[in-house]
Amino acid sequence: MKNLIIMIIKRLALGVLTLFLLSLLIFLSVEALPGDLAQEILGQQATPEAVAAIRRQLGLDLPPHIRYIEWLGGMVQGDFGTSLALKRPIIDLIAPRLQNTLFLTLYTACIAVPLAIILGMMASLFRNSYFDRISNATALSAISMPEFFVGYILIYFLALSGYFPSMANITPSTPLLEKLYACFLPALTLTLVVTAHMMRMTRAAIINILALPYIEMAHLKGIKPSRIIFRHALPNALAPIVNVVALNLAYLITGVVIVEIVFVFPGLGQLMVDGVRFRDVPVVQASSLVFASAYVGLNLLADIISTATNPRLMRQK
Amino acid sequence: MSLISVLIWLPIVVAVSLGAGWLFRQTLIRLVNAPTAKFLRTAPLTASFGMLTITIYVTCAVFAPLIAPFGESEILSASFEPWAAPYILGTDNLGRDVFTRLVYGARNTVGIAFLITALAFVAGTLLGIYSALKGGIIDQVVGRLIDVLMAIPSLIFSLLMLTIFGTSVISLVLVIATIDSTRVFRLARSVALNIVQLDYIEAAKLRGESTVYLITREILPNATAPLAAEFGLRFCFVFLMISSLSFLGLGLQPPTADWGSMVRDNAELISFGDITPLIPAGAIAILTIAVNFVVDWLLHRASGLKD
Repeated sequence: MKNLIIMIIKRLALGVLTLFLLSLLIFLSVEALPGDLAQEILGQQATPEAVAAIRRQLGLDLPPHIRYIEWLGGMVQGDFGTSLALKRPIIDLIAPRLQNTLFLTLYTACIAVPLAIILGMMASLFRNSYFDRISNATALSAISMPEFFVGYILIYFLALSGYFPSMANITPSTPLLEKLYACFLPALTLTLVVTAHMMRMTRAAIINILALPYIEMAHLKGIKPSRIIFRHALPNALAPIVNVVALNLAYLITGVVIVEIVFVFPGLGQLMVDGVRFRDVPVVQASSLVFASAYVGLNLLADIISTATNPRLMRQK
Repeated sequence: MSLISVLIWLPIVVAVSLGAGWLFRQTLIRLVNAPTAKFLRTAPLTASFGMLTITIYVTCAVFAPLIAPFGESEILSASFEPWAAPYILGTDNLGRDVFTRLVYGARNTVGIAFLITALAFVAGTLLGIYSALKGGIIDQVVGRLIDVLMAIPSLIFSLLMLTIFGTSVISLVLVIATIDSTRVFRLARSVALNIVQLDYIEAAKLRGESTVYLITREILPNATAPLAAEFGLRFCFVFLMISSLSFLGLGLQPPTADWGSMVRDNAELISFGDITPLIPAGAIAILTIAVNFVVDWLLHRASGLKD
């Protein structure tokens, strides 16, 4: 137990360090901007006085390390600065959109995770059968498709005939059932993309375990194949599978950007892409920090779970 | 076209493409010398289909001006003409021929993805092997730096970088190549770590060979197999990334023909039941699937797995 707590604290410290370095990287990359932010806002024709005034207003006349500390301090307290294009506090832009994005991600996970695990287990159970080969080829094809292709195909088949809306127009006041209905197509698109990954990795995790001697022993005792999978292999495969799920949720966080654009979904990804288009640097900085933190967090979770459930990994330092 | 007719057509399309793959494999086996033919016979039908598709795409890319009926960004008619001669696949939102732009897209999109992958590979492999060879403080510093870069999802990182450096072709190439080389670095380093412990590297070091010699003549030749398979996979990632960025309007800039932006420009047609925007998207998907099939076969061979 004590080992476990120490391990978790160590990993958390590592995660915080990574986030700190990430914030530094995001901050410094903006410093590398040719010209500077003030020039960028006012355009080429701006008078030097106007540029100087904006610089003072944005605090750009302070030395970089002080600005970094102020910027990071603001971020930690939820003050993300002001959007250049929309002239509004970024927190007001991000908060509702982050909620929408999280809703979509969670919705997808609820469909995709059980589906992928069941399919992966079946593929490993009927290994090298036609079911396995077909599901493997289908999964490989699904991984290879750009998200927007899957999205538009679903729109073509399911939205044009009027079954589901092609635009996921939701507001905070939309009731839950209606929200689930409106977001069905984007969630299905993400499900198709992420399930393939998860299924292949689940299959690989179980097959790895099936190669071990104690499974052979179970075979030799004459146990049914399904019992071997569920009673003998699955408990030991659980850790790698949980790891797979966490990694894929991390992947989902970025896959969401494209899907949000296809379905005109008011999420964080759309905000970020608009930010890039208008070169709205503070918005892009803030949203990439949010995305990166979610990604680092989920990866950290995967790491902790897989270490905690594997005594051999726990023993090494 | 309803869902049911798709379910009927899908097996037919799959059967025809596998058949085409089989024909292509048999033709190749006839044409090449005995050892290569023996190697090709081990290719499953999916991989044969993959090779056929890649050949078609490369042909399109190389001979684009000969195949395409019109100029790349020539405005020919009113926008969104239907599928009829002389515009086989109709025209796009600006009245340019969709088929022509599809053919040129093969050249631009695939070409730039290939260039980026190659750049990422040269940088990632050399740095990876170098830090495995040197070890110690260099390895630590470079490794930690790469870890931080890899902690950001690649699409998010490239969006951030493109905001800062703008969306010119050069910055696009450099940004994506940098991000991708971190992934190559990881693999190259772990492959090289196993090699540098071997005796012949020790012997070469004692002979007083230079680092350049060690990397290019001793380590690289022994690391080609895993790196070659990785090249295919990385190409797919880069290709999808470029297409996604173009789809977001941040990749290759107009008037260059490019599949991702073709989807975006014509996306509104979808709501009128016109499948034109699905064609470039499908072109992207088919090439990635084809490369994946070939890589899957090569990996399976390299791993020696028969089960």
